[in-house]
Amino acid sequence: MKGETGTSTEVFRTVVQDILDDHAGESWPLIAVLQEIQHRIGYIPPEVVPLVADRLGIFPGEIQGVITFYSQLRDRPQGRTVIRACRGTACHVSGGTTVLKALQGELGISEGESTADRQYSLETVACVGACGLAPNVIVDDDVFGTMTPAKVRKLIEKDGEPS
Amino acid sequence: MKTPHRVFVCHETPCVSLGAESVYSAFREEIDRLGLDHVSLEISGCHGHGLCSGGPSVVVEPSRFFYNGLRPEDASVIVREHLNHGRPVQHLFHRDAQTGKSVARYVDVDFYQSQERVALRNCGRINPESIEHYIDRAGYGALQLVLSTMTPDQTIDIIEESGLRGRGGAGFPTGRKWRFCRQSPGDQKYVVCNADEGNPGAFTDRSVLEGDPHAVVEGMIIAGYAMGASKGYVYVRAEYPLAVRRIRKAIKDARRRGFLGREILGADFDFDLRVKEGAGAFVCGEETALLQSIESERGMPRPRPPFPTDSGLNGKPTVINNVKTLSYVPVIVDRGAEWFRSLGTEESPGTAVFALAGDIRYSGLVEVPMGTSLSRIIELGGGIAGDRKVKAVHTGGPAGGSVPAHRLDTPVDYESLQELGSTMGSGGMMVLNEDACMVDIARFFMDFARSESCGKCAPCRLGTKQMVTILTRIAGCQGVERDLELMRDIAETMRVGSLCGLGQTCTNPVMATLEHFEEDYRAHIHEGVCPTGACDVELDGSHVRAAPY
Ligand SMILES: Cc1cc2nc3c(=O)[nH]c(=O)nc-3n(C[C@H](O)[C@H](O)[C@H](O)COP(=O)(O)O)c2cc1C
Repeated sequence: MKGETGTSTEVFRTVVQDILDDHAGESWPLIAVLQEIQHRIGYIPPEVVPLVADRLGIFPGEIQGVITFYSQLRDRPQGRTVIRACRGTACHVSGGTTVLKALQGELGISEGESTADRQYSLETVACVGACGLAPNVIVDDDVFGTMTPAKVRKLIEKDGEPS
Repeated sequence: MKTPHRVFVCHETPCVSLGAESVYSAFREEIDRLGLDHVSLEISGCHGHGLCSGGPSVVVEPSRFFYNGLRPEDASVIVREHLNHGRPVQHLFHRDAQTGKSVARYVDVDFYQSQERVALRNCGRINPESIEHYIDRAGYGALQLVLSTMTPDQTIDIIEESGLRGRGGAGFPTGRKWRFCRQSPGDQKYVVCNADEGNPGAFTDRSVLEGDPHAVVEGMIIAGYAMGASKGYVYVRAEYPLAVRRIRKAIKDARRRGFLGREILGADFDFDLRVKEGAGAFVCGEETALLQSIESERGMPRPRPPFPTDSGLNGKPTVINNVKTLSYVPVIVDRGAEWFRSLGTEESPGTAVFALAGDIRYSGLVEVPMGTSLSRIIELGGGIAGDRKVKAVHTGGPAGGSVPAHRLDTPVDYESLQELGSTMGSGGMMVLNEDACMVDIARFFMDFARSESCGKCAPCRLGTKQMVTILTRIAGCQGVERDLELMRDIAETMRVGSLCGLGQTCTNPVMATLEHFEEDYRAHIHEGVCPTGACDVELDGSHVRAAPY
């Protein structure tokens, strides 16, 4: 499980203050700060945006603009396990679409969604550069190559065990 | 006493995914257990023979014995037999896919033999996390030479004379770019390394960063000296966590050794580097968008001029170069412009690095002199997989085009590929067999462009959407003849009207497939079938609207 435990706004605020302190004096810190918030908390809680805006001297709306622009940044929590299907060219020509469909079928969600129990999120990613192993599926940070629908089933079964 | 041996376990993304880490630990355990003092165990970048799918791969120096597809239990056999008793383990050698024979030594692999390793000179031969290894292979020698014997202008002269052109796609002469920046007034200037590599299907920059990060760092310091910059940024895409880690470590180690910081190597020159991670936007590879993103803004391009060499980061003169471009710089300084020109062609000197993928036996990196034919490169990759025929080779990703099988004699260089409606791009080369449908390929790239269009300018925002609609209609066999004309029309509008390279070039895959594979389009339109069955689309009302004229 990623991120800090506890969900109260107070905990978030302390974490965010720390991160902002770490980046004090840096040029153009916003994206790095947001990445770090997401890394620590798992997403960028909307309630911390005004705090960041205040410290960096920019409008909250601008921060929202940055969050929505970049596909990596998100303002709501993800599942405990994040599964990403690679949509690179090599993956496309070697059956990536079928693998993505298998993932959707197996998890019962579409791209960009999380399962109701918050166990899984499904995303796509633009090429992870492991084209020799296409088609690839990335589970959290691990790359699984030469995927097939059968392997997708196995992967999810294995991962589904309580951890 | 036994001859010292070095064991290199590839630790790039594909090999790691195939279990390189546990193979490494198994080596470690067995070497320690037997107390083999003459063996050092190292991680390395890609050994570069395009055998990524057969990994993890291990090379044993000094004789360069080459093992592939190892499991942890194989490691202890190699340690006992090969490293302890001097008996290489034949059944674990890499096996040639074509002949089925085992290949003992790295240099015997055909894929490796015909390559000219310049940008990849150290990949797989050093531990990328060790600055000492890099220095052992003459690393930071070029920097010393430059700082102690050359003026900034002389440094630019060498790069200009070498004919080095940018490897990020456009092929702009690097020396000339540096000179513009040097001549541009300003007390603060910047060097930026473009490591965004968002092009799906290209992983050459990843390999250089993961396998030889100091080459990029050294190239950037030399660039900084040449144009009078004191700060630099490496902009790496976040999808490459290992590359981010390695470049950060390289910068830290270089700083510790005095290659970065104040008064570098005693010269009157200060320079330091920072890493900025991207956040998942392809358009940020475009140079003006990249600068916006470094400044923590939405990464949207702006019109040029002013060019970044006049007004870039913070409004100051800035040079933006690709990873590979920068990694060539130290070797060019070391070995001279003349030597670099002796490789490749008159117009495109040096080597080209491609990430070979698709329906090819060995996918992975190839580095060949510019001007090598496409068919030779396919040969190096072991030919097409299975008993199939090549249908096309696609280079340049979403901005590139597909070269048909009967033109595989085309040499790879900037101009020749452009003539065929393709581009060098930043190094992706996708081999397609007869099962590929070119309408599907065109639609794939256009859909990528649509999803990555930043939306700032109308031709790109609206054009990509319309193109995808039409291509989907054709893929679903509901297209009509005049759709082809309509696409040519929209493409032309996008080419001349879009703000940045994304919109201007993303129609290339459509135009190239229309030119070389019109029969694929016609089969969908007139015969109502996808000739290869690759097109798999579900149409709804929005796709089947008739063309508006
Ligand atoms: C949409 C788009 C994406 C690009 N992506 C990259 C990239 O990922 N890497 C890169 O080096 N250049 C990329 N470029 C080219 C850069 O704008 C720029 O020309 C290049 O970094 C200059 O470096 P060079 O002269 O060393 O080639 C891209 C251009 C466009 C229009």
